[in-house]
Amino acid sequence: MTGKEYRTITDVKGPLVFLNKTEPVAFGEIVELRLTDGTLKNGQVLDTSDDQVIVQVFEGTASIDKQTGIKFLGDVFKLPVSTDMIGRILDGAGRPRDGGPAIVADEMADIIGAAINPYSRQSPSSFIQTGISAIDACTSLVRGQKLPIFSASGLPHNDIALQIARQAKLVGSDDDFVVVFCAMGITAEEYNFFVHDLERTGALENACLFVNLADDPAVERLITPRLALTAAEYLAFEHDYHVLVIYTDMTNYCESLRQIGAAREEVPGRRGYPGYMYTDLAMLYERAGLVKGKKGSITQFPILTMPGDDITHPIPDLSGYITEGQIVISRELHQKGIYPPINVLPSLSRLMNAGIGDGKTREDHKSVSDQLYAAYAQGRELRGLVAIVGEDALNERDLQLLKFADIFENQFLRQSRDEDRSIGEGTLDYAWELLSNIDTKYLVRLDQKWIDKYHPTEKKE
Amino acid sequence: MSKENGVIYRISGPVVTAVGISPRMYEVVRVGNEGLMGEVIELHGDQSVIQVYEETSGVRPGEPVVRTGQTLSVQLGPGLLTKIYDGIQRPLPELEKTMGVFIKRGVDADGLDLEKIWDFNATSKKGDSVSSGDILGTVQETKTIEHKVMVPPGVSGKIKDIKSGDFNVTQTVCTLEDGTEIQMMQKWPVRTPRPFTKKHAPEVPLQTGQRILDFLFPLAKGGTAGIPGPFGSGKTVTQQQLAKWSDADIVVYIGCGERGNEMTEVLDEFPHLMDPKTGEALMNRTTMIANTSNMPVAAREASVYTGITIAEYFRDMGYDVALMADSTSRWAEAMREISSRLEEMPGEEGYPAYLSSRLAEFYERAGRVETLAGGDGSVSVIGAVSPPGGDISEPVSQGTLRIVKVFWGLDAGLARQRHFPAINWLNSYSLYPPSLDQWYRDNIKSDFPEIRTEISALLQVEAELQEIVQLVGSDALPVDQQLTLEVARMIREFFLQQNAFHDVDTYSDLKLQYNMAKAILSFQEESKKAIAGGAALEDVVNIPARTDLMRGRFESGYEDKIDEMLEAMNKQIADTMEAN
Repeated sequence: MTGKEYRTITDVKGPLVFLNKTEPVAFGEIVELRLTDGTLKNGQVLDTSDDQVIVQVFEGTASIDKQTGIKFLGDVFKLPVSTDMIGRILDGAGRPRDGGPAIVADEMADIIGAAINPYSRQSPSSFIQTGISAIDACTSLVRGQKLPIFSASGLPHNDIALQIARQAKLVGSDDDFVVVFCAMGITAEEYNFFVHDLERTGALENACLFVNLADDPAVERLITPRLALTAAEYLAFEHDYHVLVIYTDMTNYCESLRQIGAAREEVPGRRGYPGYMYTDLAMLYERAGLVKGKKGSITQFPILTMPGDDITHPIPDLSGYITEGQIVISRELHQKGIYPPINVLPSLSRLMNAGIGDGKTREDHKSVSDQLYAAYAQGRELRGLVAIVGEDALNERDLQLLKFADIFENQFLRQSRDEDRSIGEGTLDYAWELLSNIDTKYLVRLDQKWIDKYHPTEKKE
Repeated sequence: MSKENGVIYRISGPVVTAVGISPRMYEVVRVGNEGLMGEVIELHGDQSVIQVYEETSGVRPGEPVVRTGQTLSVQLGPGLLTKIYDGIQRPLPELEKTMGVFIKRGVDADGLDLEKIWDFNATSKKGDSVSSGDILGTVQETKTIEHKVMVPPGVSGKIKDIKSGDFNVTQTVCTLEDGTEIQMMQKWPVRTPRPFTKKHAPEVPLQTGQRILDFLFPLAKGGTAGIPGPFGSGKTVTQQQLAKWSDADIVVYIGCGERGNEMTEVLDEFPHLMDPKTGEALMNRTTMIANTSNMPVAAREASVYTGITIAEYFRDMGYDVALMADSTSRWAEAMREISSRLEEMPGEEGYPAYLSSRLAEFYERAGRVETLAGGDGSVSVIGAVSPPGGDISEPVSQGTLRIVKVFWGLDAGLARQRHFPAINWLNSYSLYPPSLDQWYRDNIKSDFPEIRTEISALLQVEAELQEIVQLVGSDALPVDQQLTLEVARMIREFFLQQNAFHDVDTYSDLKLQYNMAKAILSFQEESKKAIAGGAALEDVVNIPARTDLMRGRFESGYEDKIDEMLEAMNKQIADTMEAN
């Protein structure tokens, strides 16, 4: 099959090339395009029939003409993988970007990635301490989870992602995380920020980067996260590493998806995004987890910026339906000067209950977290009321809750970029201390036995 | 059925076009060199359009397509319970054995274990005239469930020979005089509803142990319910609670296009859960279908049909079956995806124009029926809906609401306040109470419906008062209205909120629910008296016995203690009057 070069292009449209009169070409097959000036481009078959083949060109279709030669390589896209990838920086198509040698493949891995049999998965239940109180207490992360950061332009999501990458550890275990970082369409400046931070903290030696920047071909972005996840799967399930995959920015990825959809004249779904975007995103996000009988794990931190801060936009919306929760960054808190500006109310970790409690974090964790939420939610609601009627109209309970909302934001949420709080003393004890500003009788979410044991002033010892 | 061979003409994702065969609509075909399973969904001139249940990358035009002559069917018989299937009834543990942890393709696996020997106990005898659906004998399938072996639909006659003993599901257990041999396993096409004699009105509630559901918005056995809600509002937890605690005989749980880890949690957890009634593992009455979001989209489309066919099969034995589909939106999206690949003219929001009729057909397979054998059986369907952005004006939610009789509206605002289950009591509804009330009067307490009305009226009043409070603050209200607010808060925090992860609070039976509701109303009544007698509202509200009563629901044996606690509370309320 290889070797034969076709010059039968009929149409070129956006990132797509249409050609005919080929031998049978496989769906998903990799394609090499040789331009008349000798430049090589790569692509993949999106649609194939006896009469017509549609090829998506990763590097864009600039300069392609009808004389361009097209060679079908006889196989679907595969990534050379090996443990040598750790410490390397690769481009969005998996080629070295750091000037180093090509990766010598231990194995060629199919980048589409087969679905993990749900029966073969292992339930994630190991708590990851991030050292950030808002996350550890209220949206606890566990190993094998996919927990996106829902942010928006101008907010410090990158700092938070890096702080998590730096501080993440399993309580009572020496296992370190390997970071697989995947950049999709981010600016060179943002990229440098990540790389410098990883270098500064020495984490780069323990990381593998796949980089597609804003000026790299947009279509390539569709394969970059698949490469990163293929590498992550190889490291986790063949070599027992615990892998933390950070990818940014999912919004750019989805835009590329829309671009292809539009070029193929597909019937668009919401806001022009293709109808299969849910399935497509699931094929990425679902590549997180643990597998029975294997030591390694994949934990994912996708970052996405919500267009117009709108959480109902299709990108955050569909992501939220697939991922196991979300960490929502709030512009309001950011403007108040609070770092990390995590709004815990819409944030959620679905696997939290499996990862916390006696023997994992602490027996009172669930109660404390529920109480923090409830008190803060009510306190924030009261702010609205106070704006209308003033504090005088509030009863004692409401006044205490109102005050608590401020305390929560300024003391519990706020911490510095290198402050690493332990879950017990740093976060839960601190929460009790702050909750003691509210009369015990209003703390209905707390079991009496935890009040007796942990309340700073009312404990019975 | 002659087998004809054709070849692939075109491949576009999960949709493959073949030429050279003339199959029937919905016939199953084998596609490509690897024999991938597919289903014919459109005939177009000499082209057959096929949706393929497995990943198609690497498949080329010109590869063979082979007819099987059968439509997509499931295998029904002993061995369905405790099983975990993918969307096309391949047992996931078998798939793991043959291909490891990642699901590869081109592997076929039988839905039932064809080798396993079951102890068949004939209940019909030689000379009996039997027809479709009649019960020939039984097999103790799991500790708690007796599987009834039925005459397959379309078969009838006089029994020539039937014997008890050890058989596998493909061996003949009964021969009719016309020579028809009947095995324990039968096949049924998933897209066709199984026959029954007639449908009954729903008169018995499906008890779930979830206070807000059972008490305020009950579902009848054989009824249909929709749970729409934005992500993070607790759809899946609610569905799982229903699967765990509902008093159905059989539970079919379909994880349709949902998260892998969540499915695994269910798979890990269920075998350890005990049925509160029998003390046996809940898994003994459960069949699960797991087709996660990254598994092939066409199999996701098929998964709800596979599930409901299994549910109907158990219904035909005379069992009450509860089917949970989480989430029907993913099923609808699978239809949309396939429809768009077929380049069909889209309806609303890109969904195919036949979306609402497909939804209606699916929910219509629920119901309490007289079976062909003359018994009663039911299938209750509870479908989760995941509306984009939580906005239920979208087509899937609307299509569902037009059909279902119960609406459990999940609310992101409540979820944010950690009010779980986050079911909004103001916009949820159930149309079943009128037909169920007699059952409550007979089986729980004669004034059950009245108590329910009082509780929901209080919640309505609260909503109105809250609007005023938003403007002027609660202190500006007269004392009796402030008390109403307190009582309503008690309903919300003590009654409606229920902690699914708490060992005790996770389940309350109807009797306890009634007592808790009574306790709230009693608090209201006694407090009114006390306040009229000069007590201060604050003192009444802050009595410790009320907190004890409320916290007590987290302790085991609460149902025995609640009366005592109520008495203590009433006494303390009376005392507040004297203190003044």
